Amino acid sequence: MTTASDIDRTPAVTSLRHKDLLGIADLSSEEITLVLDTAEAMKEVGTRPIKKVPALRGKTVVNLFFEPSTRTRTSFEIAEKRLSADTLNIATSTSSVVKGETLADTALNLEAMSPDMIVLRHSSSGACHFLSRICRSAIINAGDGMHEHPTQALLDAFTIRERKKQLAGLKVAIIGDLLHSRVLRSNIQLLTKMGAHVWVCGPPTLIPTDIRRFGVQSTSRVDEAIVDADVIMLLRIQLERMEGAYFPSLREYFRVFGMTEDRLRLARPDVMIMHPGPMNRGVEIASEVADGPYSVILDQVANGVAVRMAVLYLLAGGTDEEAA
Amino acid sequence: MPVVMDADRISRTLARIAHEIVERNKGVDDLALVGVRTRGVPLARRLARSLKEITGHDVPTGALDITLYRDDLMRHAVGPQPTVRRTEIQFSIDNRKILLVDDVLYTGRTTRAALDALIDYGRPKGIQLIVLVDRGHRELPIKADYVGKNLPTSPEESVQVRLLEIDGQDEVVLEGGAA
Repeated sequence: MTTASDIDRTPAVTSLRHKDLLGIADLSSEEITLVLDTAEAMKEVGTRPIKKVPALRGKTVVNLFFEPSTRTRTSFEIAEKRLSADTLNIATSTSSVVKGETLADTALNLEAMSPDMIVLRHSSSGACHFLSRICRSAIINAGDGMHEHPTQALLDAFTIRERKKQLAGLKVAIIGDLLHSRVLRSNIQLLTKMGAHVWVCGPPTLIPTDIRRFGVQSTSRVDEAIVDADVIMLLRIQLERMEGAYFPSLREYFRVFGMTEDRLRLARPDVMIMHPGPMNRGVEIASEVADGPYSVILDQVANGVAVRMAVLYLLAGGTDEEAA
Repeated sequence: MPVVMDADRISRTLARIAHEIVERNKGVDDLALVGVRTRGVPLARRLARSLKEITGHDVPTGALDITLYRDDLMRHAVGPQPTVRRTEIQFSIDNRKILLVDDVLYTGRTTRAALDALIDYGRPKGIQLIVLVDRGHRELPIKADYVGKNLPTSPEESVQVRLLEIDGQDEVVLEGGAA
């Protein structure tokens, strides 16, 4: 049981500095802690008989998705509804984008109808930064190209913190397609800011040459990455973003890098297995690991709603500077 | 800065309220205490201890955060959002009499938010309001069932309740104003 004094500790910061959430790059470790603490309160809302609070009543949130997404879009929509916001979903296949409208025109037309927030998923890196410059609404990045996916990294951190109590000092191994992964870029920034030791691992052709600049260790030897790991995060092999041949075959990838029960013995006995989804079973992860006792993959999905509620709630307010 | 209640006074007042609860409800069956964050929570826990001493029965105790129900939440065009804390009510409130505990009753807006929040957890048999200090100036038709101390104040003054569990000492202080 938590004592009154630790529940009521004053947070180091009480608001986010920016009107948008474009990437983990813009967040300080104190802001990350604020989002995670707020998400703990939001998680409780999802356990009530009536899973809805009136906090964002009268706010309009547009979910603008230019790439296919089930998990992230559904998660944002549930989060918005639990906070009583009015939501609308625009997917590319049903929008004027198929008629040739540009991103800027789509956004400005939506803005003319005064939404308060726009949640954007786009295949181009930097699309959210572009919108934040031309829109008054708060922009939340739900994944932009190969750049960032900040709410995924926040929900991963929340899931790790829930089990391990803190992020500092943990060994986290991230294995898979490092080159095309926005989840990786957001996660390594968040984890290193919070003091975790991050190892990244993948075929040499899929390791960005400047990856060490982020303060992580990189290797192509999977055993080296996972030995004594507290957390193993597997990334999807993104066949849709691969134009060339990065490795001989999916079967060979599984043999060299796939996470199997055998391989798992090198990690710590209380290791957590994570995957942002969607999984390629038998490519980056064996089914018995995905469904096994170390897997927290479905916890990640459940926590996604709480973390997105926290982000929506915090961005719906202003900043300390505006108030002054 | 006048101290209007010291540690002894607070402790005697809570003991008196605990006896009133038992008398009015003819025991503690079906009762549960819910403290409004922040300082209602330690007050609710202290009342639970007193009720246990008087009757020998445990009264379930929870903590309620009303931030997401505040009526001024989205009215500030700018300014940061208030910090949200966790609500912890680990029992069903259906068909129980809920004793809602807060430190200071002022405009009544916090109590209004607390009533809305509670109703989202179920349908209690009844809700009774306990406050350590009633300082007047109500803006809503809300009245406490148990009052520790009625304290006439002016709107310019502020009433600070400090509790051992949070602030390191027990006292109620009246601050500011013309005096």
